Amino acid sequence: MTKNPAIELRQISKSFGPVQANKDITIRVMPGTIHGIIGENGAGKSTLMSILYGFYKADAGEIFVDGKKISIPDSQAAIAAGIGMVFQHFKLVENFSVLENIILGAESGALLSPSLSKARAELAALAAEYELNVDPDSIIEDIGVGMQQRVEILKALYRQANILILDEPTGVLTPAEADQLFRILKRLREEGKTIILITHKLREIMDITDTVSVMRQGEMTATLRTDNTSPEDLAELMVGRKVLLRVDKTPAKPTKPVLEIQNLSMVDDFGVQRLKNINLTVKAGEILGIAGVAGNGQSELLQVLGGYSAATGIIKLNGSEIDLSTSVSGDGQARRALGMAHVPEDRQREGLIMDFMAWENAVFGYHREKSNQVNRFFMDNNAIRQETEEKMKRFDVRPPNPKLTAKNFSGGNQQKIVLAREIERNPDLLLVGQPTRGVDIGAIEFIHQQIVALRDQGKAILLISVELDEILSLSDRVLVMFDGAIMGERNPAKTNEKELGLLMAGVSEKAAQ
Amino acid sequence: MDIMPRWVDIIIVPLLSLFLAAFLSALLIIAIGESPIAALNLMIEGTLLRSAGWGYMLYYTTNFIFTGLAVSVAFHAALFNIGGEGQAMIGGLGVALVCLFIPWPHWTLAIVGASVGAALFGMIWAGLPAYLQAKRGSHIVITTIMFNFIAAGVLNFFLVDVLKPKGSMDPASANFPSTTHLPTFQDLASLFGFEKAFRSAPANVSFFIALLACVAVWYLIWRSPLGYEIRALGKSGPAARYAGVRPVKIIMIAMMISGALCGMMAINTTQGESERLILNFTEGAGFIGIAVALMGRSHPLGVLLAALLFGFLYQGGAELALWTKIPRELIVVIQALVILFTGALSLMVRAPLERFFMSLQKAKE
Repeated sequence: MTKNPAIELRQISKSFGPVQANKDITIRVMPGTIHGIIGENGAGKSTLMSILYGFYKADAGEIFVDGKKISIPDSQAAIAAGIGMVFQHFKLVENFSVLENIILGAESGALLSPSLSKARAELAALAAEYELNVDPDSIIEDIGVGMQQRVEILKALYRQANILILDEPTGVLTPAEADQLFRILKRLREEGKTIILITHKLREIMDITDTVSVMRQGEMTATLRTDNTSPEDLAELMVGRKVLLRVDKTPAKPTKPVLEIQNLSMVDDFGVQRLKNINLTVKAGEILGIAGVAGNGQSELLQVLGGYSAATGIIKLNGSEIDLSTSVSGDGQARRALGMAHVPEDRQREGLIMDFMAWENAVFGYHREKSNQVNRFFMDNNAIRQETEEKMKRFDVRPPNPKLTAKNFSGGNQQKIVLAREIERNPDLLLVGQPTRGVDIGAIEFIHQQIVALRDQGKAILLISVELDEILSLSDRVLVMFDGAIMGERNPAKTNEKELGLLMAGVSEKAAQ
Repeated sequence: MDIMPRWVDIIIVPLLSLFLAAFLSALLIIAIGESPIAALNLMIEGTLLRSAGWGYMLYYTTNFIFTGLAVSVAFHAALFNIGGEGQAMIGGLGVALVCLFIPWPHWTLAIVGASVGAALFGMIWAGLPAYLQAKRGSHIVITTIMFNFIAAGVLNFFLVDVLKPKGSMDPASANFPSTTHLPTFQDLASLFGFEKAFRSAPANVSFFIALLACVAVWYLIWRSPLGYEIRALGKSGPAARYAGVRPVKIIMIAMMISGALCGMMAINTTQGESERLILNFTEGAGFIGIAVALMGRSHPLGVLLAALLFGFLYQGGAELALWTKIPRELIVVIQALVILFTGALSLMVRAPLERFFMSLQKAKE
């Protein structure tokens, strides 16, 4: 090999207390390539990148940039070495202009105006070179997420980055925005930049990368040429066993309506209208999927249904209307008694109490039910513990120890505890938000199977997910939400990501046709 | 995985903190020219080796159990009740009104009535800041501490203007009728033929009510659905909301239980000891309750043990003031050191211990 790798890591190790987050990681990324790093949550991807960007110091190992060994004690050093980072959550000042954000931390003197005019000129050059068009004077909070991401990329390029690291860059983008991002990345590659793309989405890896490294439990399990691999192979490398990427399910047999929503609207505490005249029906025996980019009202819809946000309109559960006026302080328990179960979007914030033991979490929300109590004043802790242990075995929660604190389980096992709690109640209606967010692939398969099995028992399921793949493979009908309103309904078998993507971006039904 | 075994966290950490506090105290005692060994001997002799010493120690302990439990219950709901002092004062007012204006035939009934009065008054006094927190978002720490001052003013008003007998120069209520007087440990010991035990010590039957309160709080927090909801709200507000727990209700209930427990301290001090309502009878027990709850890790058993320790320090401190040249102020400093180390600085002890156990684990691998 004649050229030096743009960046090379040799035997990087890092542990946090007893947890070994990175173990002997070695990667070589050649200049002018896009290298993917894929792995499940907790596999150590983010730790590795934090080491590269100087947030953490590796316990052992060496880093080479352009063949020269360097040390990266802080992010300034990383920038000086030509490494730029685009974080999953943007680090932008919302009420600053694009230009001000770009020079933030890279001002060239005590006065701002020379820096700003210099940046303006340079930005124009960069925009021309990489086709990264952004209006330098727009305020960040006024521009879309895709634009904000471009600003992040420009920030890195303005600091002369040759190596660009992107951490889960498509998590907040519509499919169309993601395509645009990929075009930009390809353009950057043509210009000789080196790109490291961290993701857990197999499709992105297949679409855009030249080489890919797979991480599992802190170790680099393989580095491959993307042409020589397949999604199935990568999934197997990530999980360590064969996994089923497709959901096996028979056609739905919907019967009577279980959940009926009419003219549902909601205004939040700041006076912003979050839900606009939602109408939908979920029937017994079907999965209704709601697609949409995060932040378009799906969370609010779940909150209103779950009974912890006030709203106007009509919600009927099994034909009887639910009182929405007093729901500010929560009618969650009353709704559960009516046959509703709810797997919330954020299991760590809402679905579980992380400091409670598994058995305590296993009755959360149902703790006032007779079956969990000796009498009105005492809970039947022994029975709950015993039942939890059986439930944990049925749902393959590992380890099946009801006395273990929730925070000590992995993401997938935490989610299984929530699912076990909600599904085993045998509800008529199951609300599911982001069922597999941060869940390892092996557990995803199991969770999807459980949801489909519940449907096959003739239950109604409302699924909300930002993962389009998940919506398409699980749902029997798909609704798309944008800016608090339903944009349209599609049959998942007869639609495609492009069509849904347009709806998700707010392009109306007529315009889409 | 937890880094340290549980027993280290529960037993070694407080003991080590206590040892550090004792060590610093010893240095202080040496600095003023007294012997710390002699001082310790004196403390032990004055409290643990004489029955009267026990009588005094358990009297203080009773106060600290009530206030410690009160702070613990609020802690479980993630509320910091600093208003124990005021709630106890108003509880004392409740005790006084019940004892003075209801003709009780026997102390067994009077103590029930006084407990209800004390709890009710303390409950109301804690309920006001609780309402402000739950409904208006006024921070409980600020409001409860202000309510301490208001309570002191209210007590003052009642003792100077309302409850003071005509012609008395003393800002105190009239003496309670003798049928409300609680049997002291001395009285109880006499029943069994030990006339000389616990002589003139103030400990009385309300100690047993404090023990009952420990059991009741344990059941409440770890066995009842209400306690479950209190803990759930304390650990995670969003999760509690998801589960249909009403935060306003739980905040109100937790604070009112806390206030009731603080108020009940007054059956020990007011009905049991002074047998009339006096100014400043709380003597800072409301604040000691915070240290007791911190050291006892908000668990009733821990609270009991911590309350015993602070009872020992109070009584031992009084002995030191009586028999040595160690000034009263220094004794307060020693007590403050114990509070500082066992409460606020327990993290300082925990961190090196955690590192130690981590290196042990590494060595094993």
